[in-house]
Amino acid sequence: MSGKPRLTYLNGRGRMEPIRWLLAAAGVEFDEVYLETKEQYDKLIKDGFLLFQQVPLVEIDGMKMVQTRAIMSYIAGKYNLHGKDLKERALIDMYVEGIADLMQMILMFPFSPPDAKEKNLESIKERATNRYFPVFEKVLKQHGQDFLVGNKLSWADVQLMEAILAVEEKLPTVLSGFPQLQVFKNKMSNVPTIKKFLQPGSPRKPPPDAHYVETVLKVFKK
Amino acid sequence: MSGKPKLYYFNGRGKMESVRWLLAAAGVEFEEEFLETRDQYEKLLQSGFLLFQQVPMVEIDGMKMVQTRAILSYIAAKYNLYGKDLKERALIDMYVGGTDDLMEFISMLPFLSAEDKEKQLAVIVQKATSRYFPAYEKVLKDHGQDFLVGNNFSWADVHLLEAILMVEEKKSDVLSGFPQLQAFKARTSSIPTIKKFLEPGSQRKPVPDDKFVETVRRVLCMYYDVKAN
Repeated sequence: MSGKPRLTYLNGRGRMEPIRWLLAAAGVEFDEVYLETKEQYDKLIKDGFLLFQQVPLVEIDGMKMVQTRAIMSYIAGKYNLHGKDLKERALIDMYVEGIADLMQMILMFPFSPPDAKEKNLESIKERATNRYFPVFEKVLKQHGQDFLVGNKLSWADVQLMEAILAVEEKLPTVLSGFPQLQVFKNKMSNVPTIKKFLQPGSPRKPPPDAHYVETVLKVFKK
Repeated sequence: MSGKPKLYYFNGRGKMESVRWLLAAAGVEFEEEFLETRDQYEKLLQSGFLLFQQVPMVEIDGMKMVQTRAILSYIAAKYNLYGKDLKERALIDMYVGGTDDLMEFISMLPFLSAEDKEKQLAVIVQKATSRYFPAYEKVLKDHGQDFLVGNNFSWADVHLLEAILMVEEKKSDVLSGFPQLQAFKARTSSIPTIKKFLEPGSQRKPVPDDKFVETVRRVLCMYYDVKAN
């Protein structure tokens, strides 16, 4: 046993990607086990590893953690990325939950039927530019600090960075009305742990492709 | 200003009910403002009080909190219902994640098309009895304690009781294979703050009816059927 956290998921972004981002930002090395077949997944369930029969699964500090939010909250708490007190934690949680709602749309996108893809992309654009990005633009403008909460790198910054890049992959000019977010993106890209994660060869996964979708459907087939 | 938390939502369960449960369990009195018209909602939107243009919103300790999970986490921590350390918190978060997923299936129900409703009910019972209840039954059996985490009453217990009662409303004998959960339900229901919340006249909301669905649709201009998972 290496002592490193071990992630069990498919070889792709999905619900595990924000966890990879957070561990990487915290400078924590981790191992990964990739689910490729239904048999592998069924075995995990049979062996009692998955509390609710679902992945993501992260083995960390002797626990078999499931539930993405629980996992991220634990990592954030452990590596001081969850604010200095209850009120900062509340802000971080609010921001993170908002971003998660946006990321959920991106998560589901590859699984939308072909005739719904255009509409869904339009929804992502609308939500990003009218609901979510304006909030963070305003937060950064109002306090003029580099990071969203408490003048310190936190879970909220890492999630926002991930979301910005994910939306940009679909809509390359999406930040054009958001000067603060552009500056934020640059600053975050230069945080050493994040810079490293953004380089080729890191555990960061590529955008989901047809093969990934196929694997998801195969592994989780009822 | 009364100093009490103030909840902004529809006069019904939806996403706010877990917040009501948790505040009640913690013995915290709260006020409510019910959204009834589109106008009210638009005014709220224009006020800038809704960070992501959504309710639930809870005014608490000078903050206008949104995002149900964030609100619940704050309340849990403030009133010592969140475990004694990071590991207990991790367990509570995991357990709450499960009951949350289960209750989400149920809260969607009134907004589904008639034919999806029937299918969804079957899914709810199947998920409750083969995925979620067995997990909590085992936790309680393995440690033999009264509460889910750390031998202490926590958010996880409140959330589980809420989920159990919600599923029972759909299938009254759903706990028949789960003796630990039956005992848990009896014990937790008699905790004074919870007992009070379960009595008529409390701020607990009833099972969503057509009027609730109609109000939500009208206020949010949400005139389509939600799709089941």
